[in-house]
Amino acid sequence: MEKLRFNYENEVLTLKIIGDIDHHSAVSVREQSDSLIFEKRPTIVLFDLSAVEFMDSSGLGLILGRFTLSEEIGAEFKIIKPARSVLRILELAGIERLIKIEGDNNEEK
Amino acid sequence: MKKSENSMKIYLPSLSVNEGVARSAVAVFVAQLNPTIEEISDIKCAVSEAVTNAIVHGYKYSQGVIYIGVKYYSDRTVVIEIKDKGCGIENVAEAMTPLFTTDTSGERSGMGFAVMSTFMDKLDVYSKKGEGVRILMVKKLG
Ligand SMILES: Nc1ncnc2c1ncn2[C@@H]1O[C@H](COP(=O)(O)OP(=O)(O)OP(=O)(O)O)[C@@H](O)[C@H]1O
Ligand SMILES: [Mg+2]
Repeated sequence: MEKLRFNYENEVLTLKIIGDIDHHSAVSVREQSDSLIFEKRPTIVLFDLSAVEFMDSSGLGLILGRFTLSEEIGAEFKIIKPARSVLRILELAGIERLIKIEGDNNEEK
Repeated sequence: MKKSENSMKIYLPSLSVNEGVARSAVAVFVAQLNPTIEEISDIKCAVSEAVTNAIVHGYKYSQGVIYIGVKYYSDRTVVIEIKDKGCGIENVAEAMTPLFTTDTSGERSGMGFAVMSTFMDKLDVYSKKGEGVRILMVKKLG
């Protein structure tokens, strides 16, 4: 199953995650994200969560890991369009103190 | 203890693909009570945390069985029990501290127990080193 779609334009790498993020799916998302970040060397990484309906704490680890990697290559890392359920867990972990979260995706499914 | 209205028991091998199976099965079962979207999402997340912990920490990716029991009562109380027979936890209070993790890969945030206790109304963790972990969670639906 396809877990990630990407777009690279004007040094902006958008990583759009598709479907649930848990420990099972995080592995392939991590591998694909990291190789794209290394290959493209973007100045901005956008982690698009608009197509994610479910995320647990494995997603927090996934996001923090990609944030750290982006910082290491000097890129800015942002989360865009999390659904309400995903935003709740991001807020529980205080992610917004570390990472910018932009746009919402709060039409109820 | 009064009798539950309905109950379900599942045994699953500790494969990571079963994280999704477990939370979806519990969600379908609890859907009998017409919970809100938020309540279902809380329960799915808590189940996912407990099952993932059994796979990642309890069995450390070796083969084992995860036991899941779900019950609900006429007052809309949902009780979920998740057990493994893995390595167990020596210091439960320390393990439950937000951000505490024994993981060394850098890919875990140590927020699993914090998620379970925030999204459920009650969380009890029973464990002894070498004897697995038993998680008991309660959520009272509106
Ligand atoms: N079923 C279990 N068996 C053995 N140890 C466990 C079990 N569940 C949790 N632990 C221990 O408790 C710690 C904290 O668990 P918690 O779920 O809060 O964080 P994590 O799993 O390390 O990270 P995250 O859940 O954020 O990915 C774990 O690192 C592990 O040491
Ligand atoms: Mg965990």
